[in-house]
Parts: sequence; C-alpha cells; structure tokens
Amino acid sequence: MSFYLVLTVNSITFGGLLFLLSAGFSLIFGLMRIPNLTHGSLFMIGAYVGATLVVGMLGVKMNFWLAALLATLAVGLIGALTERLLLRRLPGNELAQVLVTLGLSFMAADFCLMVWGGDPLSVPTPAGLGGFARLGVMVFPLYRLAIIAIAAVIAVALWLLLDRTRLGAMIRAGVDDPDMARVVGIRVSQLFTIVFALGAGLAGFAGIVGGPILSVYPGLDQDMLPLALVVVILGGSGSLLGSFVGSLVVGFIYNFGQALLPELAYFVLFLPMLLVLLLRPQGLFGRHVP
Amino acid sequence: MTARAIALLLAIVLLATVPVWMPGIYYVNVASQILIYAVFALGLNILAGYGGLVSLGHAGLFGIACYATGYLLQLGFGHAFAIVAATVVGVAATAIFAVLSLRASGIGFIMITLALGEILWGLAYRWISLTGGDNGINVKTRPEPFGLSLADAGHFYYATFVVFVIAIATVAIFARSPLGAALMGTRDQPRRMNALGYHVLAIRFWACLFSGLLTAWSGILFVYYTQFISPQTLSLTSSAEVLLMVISGGAGTLLGPVVGAALVVIVKTVVSGFIERWNFLLGAIFVAIVILMPEGLVPGSVRLWRLAFGRRTRKPAAVPETKP
Repeated sequence: MSFYLVLTVNSITFGGLLFLLSAGFSLIFGLMRIPNLTHGSLFMIGAYVGATLVVGMLGVKMNFWLAALLATLAVGLIGALTERLLLRRLPGNELAQVLVTLGLSFMAADFCLMVWGGDPLSVPTPAGLGGFARLGVMVFPLYRLAIIAIAAVIAVALWLLLDRTRLGAMIRAGVDDPDMARVVGIRVSQLFTIVFALGAGLAGFAGIVGGPILSVYPGLDQDMLPLALVVVILGGSGSLLGSFVGSLVVGFIYNFGQALLPELAYFVLFLPMLLVLLLRPQGLFGRHVP
Repeated sequence: MTARAIALLLAIVLLATVPVWMPGIYYVNVASQILIYAVFALGLNILAGYGGLVSLGHAGLFGIACYATGYLLQLGFGHAFAIVAATVVGVAATAIFAVLSLRASGIGFIMITLALGEILWGLAYRWISLTGGDNGINVKTRPEPFGLSLADAGHFYYATFVVFVIAIATVAIFARSPLGAALMGTRDQPRRMNALGYHVLAIRFWACLFSGLLTAWSGILFVYYTQFISPQTLSLTSSAEVLLMVISGGAGTLLGPVVGAALVVIVKTVVSGFIERWNFLLGAIFVAIVILMPEGLVPGSVRLWRLAFGRRTRKPAAVPETKP
C-alpha cells in the first residue's frame, strides 16, 4: 500500500515539473504555431545555470531560490532573443523553424557538454527542505511536496494571468485567431516575444527546480522534450488546463509504468497519446486540430 | 549534348569509380555512408519536400528495417530472405505510421511522427528480450551477391551505389509522374486539390509508402555497413539529422537531400577528426543556412548562380512555399 502511495506522490511531483515545462511549450505551439524543439535544451540550460550558481562553481555560492530566479531570467532572456533574432524571420515556414530550433538545440547540447563536461551534476536540495514529512506511518520527502506546491502556485498564477488580465485576454485572442486579433489592434508580434520569453523562463525554472530530483546530465534535453510533446498532444495545444491535466496523466503513467512494466514503460507512455490522436485529434482540451 | 547532360554523366562516372580514385579505404567508407544517408534522405524528401509532411520519426522506420534484418539473420535465415522480409516489415510499419500520423498535417504531423519515433526508440531500448537493449544486435556477415563478397569496402560501395542510383532514378521519375505532381499539389493547396476531386489522404498515404520503401532500403544498407544495430540509431537525434540533411540541402529538390547527406556525413566523420566541437559547428551551419539560404543549399546556390551569371530575362525558379 505504501509503495503505491509513494509512487503516487512521485507521480504528482513529476507531473508538476512537466506542467512547468509544457505550459510554455503549449502556449508557444498554440499561439505561434512554432514547434519549439529547443524547449528541452532550455530546460537543461536552466538546470545547468542554476546548478552552477547553487554549487558555487563560479566562486559565488548562492541560495537555491535566488539561483533558480536568476536561471529563470537567463533562460527567459535566451528565449526572447531566439524569438526576436531568429524565429521572427520565419513565420509560417515550418521547415525553417524545425531546422533552426534543432540547430540551436544541437549547439546548446554541445555547449553544455563543453562547459560542464559529461559527468552528471547533482544539485543539493534547498536548505530546510531536505527532511521528510511524517503522516501517520507514511514518510514523504519534503522537497517533492514542495515541488507540488510550487507547481500548483504557478498553475494558479498562470491561470490568473491568462484568464483575468488584459495581457491574458490578448494571448487567448492570439491563440484562437491571430489574424482577427491583429485586426482589432492587438500587437500579436509583441505577444510572441512575451510568450516565448515566458515559456522559456518556465522551462528553465522547471530545470533547476527538478535538479535535486533528476540531477543534471548531458541528454537531459532529449529526455524531456518528448515528454513535453506528449503532454501537449494529450492536453491540446494552447490550453493551460490541457497542459495541467496532460502533465498529471503523463506523470502517473511514467512513474507507474517504470515501476510496474519497466520493459514497456516508454511504450505505455505513448499509448494514451495515440488513443487521444485517434479519438480526439485536437487533444483533450484543445480548440483546434494543430 | 547540353552542359547539364555532361555534368550528369561526369557525376555518375566520378561516383561509380570512387573506390578507384579515392585515397584509402577510410574515404571509400565515408562515401558509402554518404550514399546510404542520401538514400535515406531521398526517402524522407518524398514526404518532407514533395509532400510538405515533415516527419521527425523516420529514424524509427529506418531502425525497424535495421532490426528486422539483424533479428532475422540472428535467427539463422539467409541474407536474401532477411533483406526481402526487412523491406516488407519496413513498408508495413510505414503503413501503420501513416495511418496514425496522416490524421494531421503541418506541425501536428511533426509532433505525431516525433512521438511515434520515440515509441519505437523506447521499444528498441527497453524490449531487451527482442532487441538486446543497449547491447544491440550484431550482424556477423555481409551478403555475397553473385559470388562477390561485400566484406570488401570497395565492393560494398558498389552495392550501395547501385541502390543509390535506383533510388534517385525512381525519385526523379516519381517527381515527374502524375502522382508526384498530385502530391506537390496536396502540399501547396490541399483544399483545392480536394475540391478538384483528388483523394488527398490516399495520395499522401502512397507517398508515405514510397518514402518507407527507400527508408527501409537505406536501413538494410546501414545495418550491413556497420554490422551492428543499437537503439542509438532510432533516437531523435538520428531523425533530426536526416531531416536536417533534407532541409539544409533543399527540400523538394532532387539533389538537395544528396548534398545535405554529404554535408552532414562529412562534418560528422571527417571534420570531427579535426574539430572536437563538431556538433556545435553542425548546429551553427544549420542556423546559418536558415538565415542565409532559407530554401536550402541547392536551390539557394542556383539562385545565387543565376543572380550572378544568369540571363536577365529568365526569372529564377520559384521556391515552393510550404503552408501549414
């Protein structure tokens, strides 16, 4: 029984991380119709930058949360620059978008390998969260519970941003009908930069927050990108609720699959995605077929 | 004889005699690799270039053919049977692939094929009883058609060259055939094609199968070339690499994928001997191509050539526009 409970907590934790990663991916995909194949790299860069600051590789050793904030800002800036300098030139040209985002992810992977080497980097758990929470006979690692809380807070914040603010209304309008949004005077191209920076920053944040659990290693980018894809296909592109539900589903399937059916874990992970594609191609909460 | 025909003849003669003039076995092997990947890229180009359907899961199909060959040989079947069966398995897998992924087009197609490719990679990696997991499958011998042992690098190159010529000739014929024209029509104006009475889905399906056939052939060549197959071959990186060959060379052109294959293989094998950060270099080349020649190297060079030396009256060839 406790085995399943622990597995459940782990699944929700992983789902929370996936949500941080895929919310931005989904918005970028939904709003800009760009398959942002650098998203895994952004996650990895966030993890590496944050880990460097936490471990103190540059001589400055800083608080975990401060490091996480700086990593988020750095990755958000990278995202904004990518959008402004490169992707902006290629509207509607999927081939070129794939070429440039893949090219960048190659460069990022090699750059990280060059700077941080091939050995995995373990990130210490932030101070005060290294312990365990006792609930009757059950014991849960505090940090995993903290990740769940963080993901929940950010989910609510994103929902408020998208649903309650003017900026959110403009983003939603852009997702639903970019041409019409332009006609009514919304500067959609400015939204692109904002959303891209936001999505990239969230991915970077997920990277460093996930660091103490996943650690940081070369190839992390390629482990995370397909998961983000599955979440978006499951949930539907451009839908926050979709990313949320999709992340939880994938978190559960991934953890339970690895524990119960290790040989077919990956296959089991993609099975619900195929079902959704066959029965509801726009995703569970998507508004239109991508 | 036109200049074009002379150039073509020269290229064929040069390619056909690579083992004669190439200095050393190493470079002959590099040439074999280029041609193997060229066949693969030609296959993907059917979809990504002529069909406007960008697949990021083709390494999975490539890998299925590889594994089928290796597994059947491991079971003790002969080479001829393994090659035929692997072709059938590869095309059948493509059919399933197509049924699932053709529900979408544009970015949706990219995403679905990527996910399907990842499934196949996951199976190869984790289904250890069938695939040997990370240990992979060894292929002990190469076939001996007509008593010619392909264990020799030069002989193997000739076999690869024959397959390459067949592949590029069929693609050239296909591109000029009514089916090829219809496929390009579905790429540019799917709704209009539908209104004109073409069965868009069926055309795309046949294109997928043709693409799968070439992919399977390149997979079989590859597994005989390396005599080893591991999940690494099916990874997203491999899918990305072959797609980048197609796009960087020029999607929807006949020579583009070949040039792209040469570019990537040369950077990977030859340049990596001199520059440690070749992956970075490759990524930078791709980004540079997008900025300087977004249509790809072959059409881009043709455009520059015409700009510099062309007759002013003739307009440069229109670059096919891909629309979601």
